[in-house]
Amino acid sequence: MKVLRSALYVLALPAVLFTTWWVFSAYSTNVYFPSLRRILGVFPATWFEGGWNSRIVVDGFSSVWRLAVGFSLATLLALTLGTLIGLSSRARAYCEPTLELFRAIPAPVLVPVISLFAGIGDEMKIFVIMLGCLWPILLNTVEGVRAVDTVMIETAKSYHLKTLRRIQKLILPAASPQIIAGMRQGLSVGIILMVISEMFAATSGLGFTVVQFQRNFALPEMWTGIIVLGMLGLFASLLFQVFENRSLRWYNGMRQASRDS
Amino acid sequence: MTNRIAVQRASAEEAGTSAQPGLLKSPRGKPVNVLLGAAGLLTVALILQVLAPLGLVRAQDLPPSTDILTAFFQLLGDSSIWQAVYDTVYVWAIGLAAATVAGVLLGLLIGSLERLRKALSSTVEFLRPIPSVALVPLVVLLFGPRYESALVLVIYAAFWQVLVQTIYGVADVDPVVTETARSYRFTKLGVIRHVVWPTALPFIMTGFRLAATVALVLTVTAQLIIGTPGLGRDIALAESAGANARMYALVLVTGLLGLTVNLLVRLVEKKVLSWHMSFRKDAEE
Repeated sequence: MKVLRSALYVLALPAVLFTTWWVFSAYSTNVYFPSLRRILGVFPATWFEGGWNSRIVVDGFSSVWRLAVGFSLATLLALTLGTLIGLSSRARAYCEPTLELFRAIPAPVLVPVISLFAGIGDEMKIFVIMLGCLWPILLNTVEGVRAVDTVMIETAKSYHLKTLRRIQKLILPAASPQIIAGMRQGLSVGIILMVISEMFAATSGLGFTVVQFQRNFALPEMWTGIIVLGMLGLFASLLFQVFENRSLRWYNGMRQASRDS
Repeated sequence: MTNRIAVQRASAEEAGTSAQPGLLKSPRGKPVNVLLGAAGLLTVALILQVLAPLGLVRAQDLPPSTDILTAFFQLLGDSSIWQAVYDTVYVWAIGLAAATVAGVLLGLLIGSLERLRKALSSTVEFLRPIPSVALVPLVVLLFGPRYESALVLVIYAAFWQVLVQTIYGVADVDPVVTETARSYRFTKLGVIRHVVWPTALPFIMTGFRLAATVALVLTVTAQLIIGTPGLGRDIALAESAGANARMYALVLVTGLLGLTVNLLVRLVEKKVLSWHMSFRKDAEE
């Protein structure tokens, strides 16, 4: 009974919304809002036709690949730089105004700037995604590293833990809740930049495909593209949730314990 | 369900701490740090200055910083730039205000009604991660390069930030306090005003701060991709005209605008939350 009830809570509203959309759009004569039946009808032909050459494989893969590479590079760079900057108060004072300025530049304006250097190939997109994801992760790493308990650092020092081991065993884990919060912000910026850089100039990718549909007035297909982009955002966020729950299990447990007591 | 709420709460609080990076506060009051910060900016300017003469980049791709600064000061004397700044701020402010009001009101409502929250949570979790840029093709067809296009994107993106944080904030209310207030015969509105609102406010401000940044990003995106008037469109125009020093100067203007937005939002937050623990502690330090 209990399972049934919670399933009802999860599914009821989405089912209602889906039905409403279906019914209200069924006899839609508005070109911009084709009926849901038509949208779902063209979905398989638009995205899955052609096996390994289908759009979902070719464009989906090139988009996700750019996002993954850009995001990973940004995380690596931010962790390295952030630890270095966070550990020294001099370095922090030296870098902070510059970092604040660069962070304040809205990431999409990087698209035309980077395309000057890297043309409009994959490198441009990966670089744009990397630069956009970098700032939230970097600033959170700096702040997380700075806030590590000094008593713990002193203790680790008095046990003669070498600097590298101290970073690996104490500082990075202690800063990880903040770092992961930054990574979550970075990921959503990364997805935005992935789509924009493909809309701005590309020959493949999900953003490119959706804009192509729009320019050709292929409206049902365009709607399928919007759904695919939405799904991508959803899966990325679910995947990140799994990663976050795993790597912060100790932290959430600790909070839970302190709350219960 | 309780477990899930706890996790949500934890992540909300953590977003709260993460987003208060005392970076802008810390250098103040220490002249050495101000000097070091200025030296940092100067270093970047110097590096940019020598990159082109050394042949590491082509001068038309990345002009020396003196050229960028010259273009920047020329821009400041140009009335069209102020119009572009105005257009950008206008869309940003209206979008952010609409999203904040809607997000807070709906968030308080959804958060206070247990059943509604349970029924909505799957839908909210589903709609929230959908990147708002996915809507670009749709708004292009509906509105073309007009304000409305940018506004739809800005409101969609900023709304979720405020809504979700408000719901977390309401979930954080201590039930004992609510019961106490009720036994003192507080009305429903009284409970919301004196118990729920103060508890949720720090969360709401976190949502507001995130929303302010996202709103600016989406405003500029719409200008860049769709061509609604503003700084983003000027950047795209300068790029296609090959006026690269001007383009970099415009990027600098956008950055300064972003910096102003960040400072302004932090100021608002400090004012609104001056009674709250985390800010009192800062003041004592």
